[in-house]
Amino acid sequence: MATIVVEVMLKAEILDPQGQAVAAALPRLGFTFAKAVRQGKRFEIEVAGTPTPEMLADIEKAAQTLLSNPVIETYLVRVEA
Amino acid sequence: MRIGVVTFPGSLDDSSALRAIRLAGGTPVPLFHASDDLKEVEAVVLPGGFSYGDYLRCGAISRFSPIMSSIIVAAEHGFPVLGICNGFQILCESHLLPGALTRNQGLHFVCTDQPLIVENTSTPWTSGYTKGDRLVIPIKNGEGSFQASAETLNQLESEGRVVLRYAETNPNGSKNDIAGISNARGNVVGVMPHPEQAIESLTGPSVDGLAFFTSILQSLVGR
Repeated sequence: MATIVVEVMLKAEILDPQGQAVAAALPRLGFTFAKAVRQGKRFEIEVAGTPTPEMLADIEKAAQTLLSNPVIETYLVRVEA
Repeated sequence: MRIGVVTFPGSLDDSSALRAIRLAGGTPVPLFHASDDLKEVEAVVLPGGFSYGDYLRCGAISRFSPIMSSIIVAAEHGFPVLGICNGFQILCESHLLPGALTRNQGLHFVCTDQPLIVENTSTPWTSGYTKGDRLVIPIKNGEGSFQASAETLNQLESEGRVVLRYAETNPNGSKNDIAGISNARGNVVGVMPHPEQAIESLTGPSVDGLAFFTSILQSLVGR
């Protein structure tokens, strides 16, 4: 069994009010290290066996059509053992 | 004139939209997300709400429902579609309209009577207005911030496809104060404000929304 991770982030030019809210909350807790925060989504997809190139191509397609909206988001697919 | 309104799981304003069509003089026809049958309607309204819980992204899952596969094909051939609020989000996710609606600037769910300016009266949904008309129509959404690339915004502006613009204040950080747009052909229109909630003085802040529904009936008669 393997886990395929798809990470989805808003594109840099798209306003991220959630990230901004987190960035504003950090200093209130005494954490002063953050210059900016962007918030995204992480999908963990469990698959049976070792992922084949066909399966990865399908996951790529799913990431493009459903898991992310390419108008505002970018995605990254990787396999975790 | 048969005008359909789609009910998705989580739709909220479907009955209001059906009622608005009836008060405008049309025959409202309820449509269901799980069927691809458009029941011989001549236009469709996608109502507000939180379809499929708005999980993943607003409208992202509705886009793949059976009724949407019929609507997408019909819309590409000139069938009139109006998306209100969640309906607008579904139209963007379906790529029938460009851009996307994202979390409001400031993170607030905004529920208010919003002043608007009518920009485009050449669509079948807005032909009853006059360009420059000032309307007051409720908005109620958490993800109504219209975002698009600079190139898309230029195209929308130069082709006159901004249908409604926020007046006085921009409630959510939408680019260019955009409250509603159309596709290139004009048959598909998406608006964040709720015209179906501004059709009677008893329940709405105005009756400024009624002309969306009378416009489509007149456009269909004139065809």
